[in-house]
Amino acid sequence: MGALNMMFYVLLASETVSATGAAAGAVDVLTLIRMAVSAISILAGLVFVFSGTIGVLRLPDFYTRLHAAGMTDTLGVELILFGLIVQSGFTQMSLKLLMVSFFLFLTSPTATHAVANAAYKAGLKPKLGRYKAPTTEDLTSGGAK
Amino acid sequence: MFAIGMAYFNLAVAFLILISMALMLGRLFIGPTLYDRLLAVNSFGTKTVLFLCIFCFVIDRPDGVDIAILYALMNFIATIAVLKFFRYRSLDTPLNALDRTKAQKTTAVRATKNGGA
Repeated sequence: MGALNMMFYVLLASETVSATGAAAGAVDVLTLIRMAVSAISILAGLVFVFSGTIGVLRLPDFYTRLHAAGMTDTLGVELILFGLIVQSGFTQMSLKLLMVSFFLFLTSPTATHAVANAAYKAGLKPKLGRYKAPTTEDLTSGGAK
Repeated sequence: MFAIGMAYFNLAVAFLILISMALMLGRLFIGPTLYDRLLAVNSFGTKTVLFLCIFCFVIDRPDGVDIAILYALMNFIATIAVLKFFRYRSLDTPLNALDRTKAQKTTAVRATKNGGA
C-alpha cells in the first residue's frame, strides 16, 4: 500500500515538473542538446552498471567478480552522475552531485582494493586454469572451491 | 514536453537501478565467501547512492542529494570497518599493525593495562 502511494506521489511530482517546464515557454535548442547529452551519458552508465551486476552474478571466481564490480561500478556511476549534472545545469544541486561524484571516484576503487587485499591476505586462492562450465554438483554446493 | 520526457526517463532509470540492486542481492545471499558478500554490499551501497540522486530528480527535491553524499561516505567507512573487523577480530587494533601476532600482542597489552587500572 505504501509503495503504491509513493508511486502516485512520484507520478504527481513529475506532472508538476512538466507543468512548470511547459509554462516557462518554448524549448530552445540548447536545452534539447543538454537533455540529449544527459540521456546518452545516463544510458551508457546504465549499460556499465548492468554489465557489472551480471558479471558479479555469473563470473566463476571471487577475483573475477571483484574485477567486474570494481571497474564497471566506478565508470557507470561517474557516467550517470555526469548525465545528472548536465541535466540539472549550473545549480546548487549540480555542485552537490559533483561532490558525490568526487567522493565515489575516490572511495570506490579504494574499497575494491581493500576487499581484494583482505581476501588475498586471508588466503583466498584465485581459480586458475581454463574455464569450465559449472556442473550440477558445483551449483548445488554453492560453487565454493 | 521535454521536461515530461526527462521526468519519465529519470523514473525509468531509477527503476532500472532498483532492478540492478535486486540482482546484486542475489550475490549477497548466495555468495560462497565473506568477501563475495562484502563486495555485493559495497556495490549495493554505490547503487543506492545513484538511486537517491536520480530519485531526487524525479520528485524534484534537491535535499536528497545530501543524504546521497552521507551515504557514499558511510558506505566506504562501513566496508573498511567490516574488513578490519574480520581481519583482526577487533576494531581496537590500529590499521598499521601488519601481522596478526603483533595485533594480538597489542590488544593483549591493552587488555592487561585496562585490567590493571
